[in-house]
Amino acid sequence: MVNGPVVKAKEMTGVMMHEVVKVGKLKLTGEVIVLEGDTATIQVYEETSGLKPNEPVEGTGKLLSVMLGPGLIGSVFDGIQRPLEVLRSKSGDFLQRGISAEPLDFEKQWDVEILVNEGDEVKEGQIVAKVNETSAVEHRIMVPPNISGKATKVQKSGKYTIDTVLMIVESKDEKHEVKLYQNWPVRVSRPYKERLAPSEPLITGQRVIDTFFPISKGGAAAIPGGFGTGKTVTQHQLAKWADADIILYIGCGERGNEMTEVLEEFPKLMDPRSGKPLMERTILIANTSNMPVSAREASIYTGVTIAEYFRDMGYNVALMADSTSRWAEALREISGRLEEMPAEEGFPPYLSSRIAEFYERAGRVRILGSEDQNGSISIIGAVSPPGGDFSEPVTTHTKRFVRCFWALDKSLANARHYPSISWLDSYSEYTTELVDWFEQNVDPNFSKLSKRAMSLLSEDNNLQQIIKLVGEDVLPDDQKLIVRVANILKVGYLQQSAFSDVDAFCDMHKQHEMLRIILMYYDRANSLISKGVAISEVLEEKIVNTLMRMKETVSNDKLEYFKQIEQTIRSFFDSLDEKYEKVKEA
Amino acid sequence: MPLKEYMGLSQINGPLIFIENVGNVGYNEVVEVTFRQETRIGQVVQISDKFAVVQVFQGTEGLNVNETKVKFLGKTLQVKVSEEILGRTFNGIGEPIDGGVDIINGVYQDINGFPINPASRMYPRNFIQTGISAIDGLMTLIRGQKLPIFSGNGLPHNRLAVQITKQAKIKGEESGNFAIVFAAMGIKHDDARFMLSNFEESGAIKNVVTFLNLADDPTIERIATPRVALTAAEYLAFEKGMHVLVILTDMTNYCEALRELSTSRGEVPSRKGYPGYLYSDLASMYERAGMIRNKRGSVTQIPILSMPNDDITHPIPDLTGYITEGQIVLSRELQRKGVYPPIGILPSLSRLMKDGIGEGYTRADHPHVSSQLFAAYSRVQEVRALASIIGEEELTNIDRRYLKFGDAFEREFLSQGYDEDRSIEETLDLGWKLLGNLPPSELTRVSEEELKKYYKEIGEN
Repeated sequence: MVNGPVVKAKEMTGVMMHEVVKVGKLKLTGEVIVLEGDTATIQVYEETSGLKPNEPVEGTGKLLSVMLGPGLIGSVFDGIQRPLEVLRSKSGDFLQRGISAEPLDFEKQWDVEILVNEGDEVKEGQIVAKVNETSAVEHRIMVPPNISGKATKVQKSGKYTIDTVLMIVESKDEKHEVKLYQNWPVRVSRPYKERLAPSEPLITGQRVIDTFFPISKGGAAAIPGGFGTGKTVTQHQLAKWADADIILYIGCGERGNEMTEVLEEFPKLMDPRSGKPLMERTILIANTSNMPVSAREASIYTGVTIAEYFRDMGYNVALMADSTSRWAEALREISGRLEEMPAEEGFPPYLSSRIAEFYERAGRVRILGSEDQNGSISIIGAVSPPGGDFSEPVTTHTKRFVRCFWALDKSLANARHYPSISWLDSYSEYTTELVDWFEQNVDPNFSKLSKRAMSLLSEDNNLQQIIKLVGEDVLPDDQKLIVRVANILKVGYLQQSAFSDVDAFCDMHKQHEMLRIILMYYDRANSLISKGVAISEVLEEKIVNTLMRMKETVSNDKLEYFKQIEQTIRSFFDSLDEKYEKVKEA
Repeated sequence: MPLKEYMGLSQINGPLIFIENVGNVGYNEVVEVTFRQETRIGQVVQISDKFAVVQVFQGTEGLNVNETKVKFLGKTLQVKVSEEILGRTFNGIGEPIDGGVDIINGVYQDINGFPINPASRMYPRNFIQTGISAIDGLMTLIRGQKLPIFSGNGLPHNRLAVQITKQAKIKGEESGNFAIVFAAMGIKHDDARFMLSNFEESGAIKNVVTFLNLADDPTIERIATPRVALTAAEYLAFEKGMHVLVILTDMTNYCEALRELSTSRGEVPSRKGYPGYLYSDLASMYERAGMIRNKRGSVTQIPILSMPNDDITHPIPDLTGYITEGQIVLSRELQRKGVYPPIGILPSLSRLMKDGIGEGYTRADHPHVSSQLFAAYSRVQEVRALASIIGEEELTNIDRRYLKFGDAFEREFLSQGYDEDRSIEETLDLGWKLLGNLPPSELTRVSEEELKKYYKEIGEN
């Protein structure tokens, strides 16, 4: 039976659950998703037009797997890890069917440095060789999980293709070849020693996130927002500036032109930390919305498995999935074709457990091959709720399994306030765990400052309700000051242009200095106002303008300018203080 | 291989027919359904080794169970394309209906096409001039973009579509190399006549390919119409190197047809009864817009849809908005004020505009002027809200100048004649002229040099 991407095949005794099969004369790639007697239900990763009953289906004996080895970085894959550049040279500008291609280049010679000697005992996950894959990433070749023993027939350091056997690991009764690459099934998470508590933030350079709603390395976050709220721009910003070693960007059911933008832009952009092109640490997985729906379902797993492989080398990996709603809808579509009983809004009942499985593959862990080295995967998933309604199933279930929620607000986006992350609806549960890190690495007072700024913003929110009813004029001066300072925070701190050369990435120390100066301004102004000074005196236009614009005027490497700004503000208030002391005395 | 022909059906249900005991039939294969000398076209939508389900594009009216003959053609639905199609009019599945000869030289192509490899795409960077100030100035259409028009019943989207079709052009050396594919799904006879006669009168028709599926044509044919049109557009763009603008109207009718089909197939419905795959289905058409590296042509799309009950969160505009690169929203309020075209600029957006305007494309001051007009007009809304509470007399001087600017902006910039074709330079100059209503201190988004070059203050009186 053929129904869209779902095919049922008879006489399939012997195939495994999740085995990859080749369907029909065109040899379309598919995966077994249900086994019932000798009938197998297969989801096909390519368009099934023209497929006929009684066409042959061949098993391959392999589970749906990814190939992990040098050559991953900088590549663009589709949802089942076919390299799109290679497909392009094979089949032209349009994706034809039944084409297969190896994910990695088998011809290319890599400079391999071997790290073990003949006869050494090696264990699973141990790093046995190194390859400088790009100028930014050292690819560490590991013994695959579940294999350990004595290393024999060890090759010397030199130039090898990925298919070369580097060594043979002999245990009591088995011999295993270790090559430059290994395969791993996508639906099984790779093993590690133990999970560790989050302790270090993933610095994103975006003030609203780092200051108020930080995510830890190994954390999971969701960005929900209706169309036009800037989900993709926010995801791109994170992919560009997050301080991870490896970035995995999964374009899951999104626009083709957006992927092109990434492809054209990333090689030109430089990582602010390493000074290397961003593409040299990035892997892209592109399943645009017109590509087959079942490959969209797989793309998420393909991406996270590659991320785990780099985590196992001891790297901090950040994975962006844009958008998980499209993945959930792919689940729904396939479930519908299987005629399963639907739960909420037609989504299958296992939606919530699938979402949980995915986000739980994030985490900071002690890696398998070492006693003291750690690696992490941080997952940032965009959610596209229909009609911008956060009560729909994908958003609500996602909320249960992430600890960081960056809610995008349509009204902020309409007011061209970007990033349009709402400071009222968002939250991060990592804040408390990360206090120590901020105290030690940024400033002992940083968390306190951030809390005070947030309380000003939420007080402002209450005052705005009153202003809507009766206007700003009736507020007492100390409340007017709160409204004005909150406005400085909104325009001068929370708003951050993705297209500005100076401000697209904001260093932690710059964030701290900005916050400190704005709050110092508030404290000094507030003490004057409590002494009865008119608010117009403290809202000097020049000073307010300086505060609003310091994000653009001071670049990350010129933080000493903040001392000047601070001095200007201090002397402004000092002279005001003096003036009013005199008035009082007189 | 001999074609297989079967006599008799086992079931007829809505647009679907069920045929038992067929072998060697492919999924999505085309069939010819013959009943007493009358032939219709259908497509296999589900097969198993026992039966095949076929949707009949012209509907199943008048078929009976025992006399109907079904012939499986062994290929998927295809359309014949060549350069001869320019200037011609076809029905919803690509057969000529203008009384002209059949297309003689040409190639058959599968109407479903194949997805563009994301690694082959080129990022769209140059613009198409529609001659409409609101669009060219504030939500510029970029070659390779998909920019829908969200409209409502009774709003003049068809008129706007015709005006765009007549006026759209590209500038520079590629200017002669431009064609329009116009696909109408489920539109009324009157509208169709209006459109065709306008194309003919204006002479635009020689560069236009029209596909018409009228409101009383079989619903199911509508499923094929946009795909047939896009196949023709892809051929002209990527085989013949032309820049092609595809106008699809009205996508709401298409989605209704899809829902009808899905229901009669007995599929599990999702939001508002639309099938769960509506997103993928729409994407399979919208994503056919784009440009390809090392190829000259481009496919640009303007899908038009009427929002049921003006509700922008309805699944059709909602899912469309998630796929397309921005939207042009028509406003009922402006329509009531007598503004044509009634384009509500604040909820409208062109996502690709930032990279396709300014120096080298339109004019260097374009990004700043458009940002300034947006900012000023959104301030106008606030001032109007305030004025409705406290009265116009109580407004500050600046606020009153904003009101004046707002009225002039709607009257002169947004409004334009049905035959008025403004060049991009005229549009930008008009924008500057209107900004003259505001004092220079309010114009913070344009640079000093631009102020000097273009700005002329209009005195208060």
